Amino acid sequence: MMVGSKSSSEASRLVTPTMLVLWLVLATVPLWITRIGLYPYLGIEILIWSLYALAFNLVLGTAGLPSFGHGAYFGIGAYAFGLCQFDIVANLWICLVAAALAAGLAGALVALFISHRRGIYYAFMTIAFGQIFWTLAIKSHRITGGEDGLLKIKRLPADFGLVSFDLTDNVAFYYFVLAAFAVGVAALWRLVHSPYGRVVAAMRQSETRAAHLGYNVWLYKASIFALSAAVSGFAGGLFAMAQLAAFPDVMSLHQSGYVVMMTLVGGGLVSFWGPVIGVFLFLTARDVIGALTNAWMLYFGLLFIAIVLFRPEGIAGAISAALQQHSLNALRQRGTSAMRLLVGGGR
Amino acid sequence: MSMLEAAGVHVRFGDRVVLESVDLAVAEGEFHGVMGPNGAGKTTFFNVLTGRVKPSRGKVRLGGEDVTGLSPHRIAAKGIARSFQIMTLFDEFSARDNVMMGLPEFRARGLDVVHAVAGDRRFAEQASEALAAVGLVEKGDVRAKDLSYGDRRALEIAVALAQAPRVLCLDEPTSGLGSDGVQRLAALIARLKGKLTIVAIEHDMEFLFSLADRISVIHWGQVVARGTPHELQQNDWVRRSNLGKFA
Repeated sequence: MMVGSKSSSEASRLVTPTMLVLWLVLATVPLWITRIGLYPYLGIEILIWSLYALAFNLVLGTAGLPSFGHGAYFGIGAYAFGLCQFDIVANLWICLVAAALAAGLAGALVALFISHRRGIYYAFMTIAFGQIFWTLAIKSHRITGGEDGLLKIKRLPADFGLVSFDLTDNVAFYYFVLAAFAVGVAALWRLVHSPYGRVVAAMRQSETRAAHLGYNVWLYKASIFALSAAVSGFAGGLFAMAQLAAFPDVMSLHQSGYVVMMTLVGGGLVSFWGPVIGVFLFLTARDVIGALTNAWMLYFGLLFIAIVLFRPEGIAGAISAALQQHSLNALRQRGTSAMRLLVGGGR
Repeated sequence: MSMLEAAGVHVRFGDRVVLESVDLAVAEGEFHGVMGPNGAGKTTFFNVLTGRVKPSRGKVRLGGEDVTGLSPHRIAAKGIARSFQIMTLFDEFSARDNVMMGLPEFRARGLDVVHAVAGDRRFAEQASEALAAVGLVEKGDVRAKDLSYGDRRALEIAVALAQAPRVLCLDEPTSGLGSDGVQRLAALIARLKGKLTIVAIEHDMEFLFSLADRISVIHWGQVVARGTPHELQQNDWVRRSNLGKFA
């Protein structure tokens, strides 16, 4: 089952009992995370990177477009957020919109050049543009702070008119990020299950067929890339708030690869939630295994290789296969019991 | 006025001439067969009609409107639907969803990011109608890749029918089908004849000669013979060629 490939007759629901439990767990993270030896900031990072990975997966999983320079848009969002509060207006909402807009515009610009390509050429073009943005971020010292980064970014208060929330504390900021994550997830979920999302998922399977059904493949490829970049930029804006700074490292090819690994390991190619699983695993491994050895990436790399070799559909795919097997076994069990009853009744 | 007209279509790939001044005029409701040996240029001609290949010279008109060189999605939106020699479906989608993608109403909402597909029954109902036309309504929930070969061929036609096309172009629709499949397809085409303008490339001469109103024979990138099946049976060139043994 590919992303967005479920039959439209199956009402693909966002709110399920399992999801309610998961949301409840997320809502209580600050209450228990320190007791298991971790810290609230990790929760913030996981949520922000999850939103970023979900946005990235619009391109990789839903549209099937190999983008390997997506860190650029995450980084542009972070810089835009900082520059907005320094140079335009120190308003949280405006600066978050600026982050999404700046990254979306950069994505749209790149999409203009790459959307007529596919496969390896598409991938190379995304890398090339990613490298251009990364270099610009490093070299434009006066604007971005160069390799030192854009420092002293503030966590602006969440002002709702009648009431305003201070976000300087990590727990308060965690809940703000959780709310933003929930809104982002709902929007992305709806997008993937909308007619637009169906067309994009169809295009992944056959651009030729989609074109001959009357869909402007170029337009869909360009727009999904720009949308993905915009949401990545929004996540980048949150990341700038989290770090109180914006650095060029997230824009590097190296770190752009992280989001690809997270998405593939988690199972983004087969599940909407795959990227979230991947992010959770990656960042937890970084902190837990990283506390034991500096070579934590070696172990995550081995996991990545194992998954590509043995479970290319990722962890979400493995879970889905296990659940299907469980249902099949239960059905067989019921069938056997019914058979016994029938045979027994016949005697 | 012809529903579909090609005038002097010329295609060359590098120094190789693939089509040389091909003409075709298909009247509304006509079933026009295209036959010829492998490599004759039939599929290239189809690709010109449907926008995949831009002709070096010549014109293609749909209902009198010049559609020469338009991109495939524009030509499809104007009303030319096609099937492919190598089947091209959305394999991960169910049969119903494949058909749904072809609906003009769905296409019109292709940029809708707000409403859920699952919530709209109209699409499912319209898709079921097209599936019923090819006898696949009970397999609507089966993924395209899990369908049998014959059913996949039928699904391709259902998708094309869902487009409510003005012209239906079928590229070797009987290719790979067993005799039952060919009979089912022939029955379907017979039902559509007169209601829909159809152009079909076909190697199955029995199928083509029993159904087509007129047939064009393409060889070496040119139309070497044209006429009703009866006229072609009398055509000297066709009689002398390998094709004659089928006619």
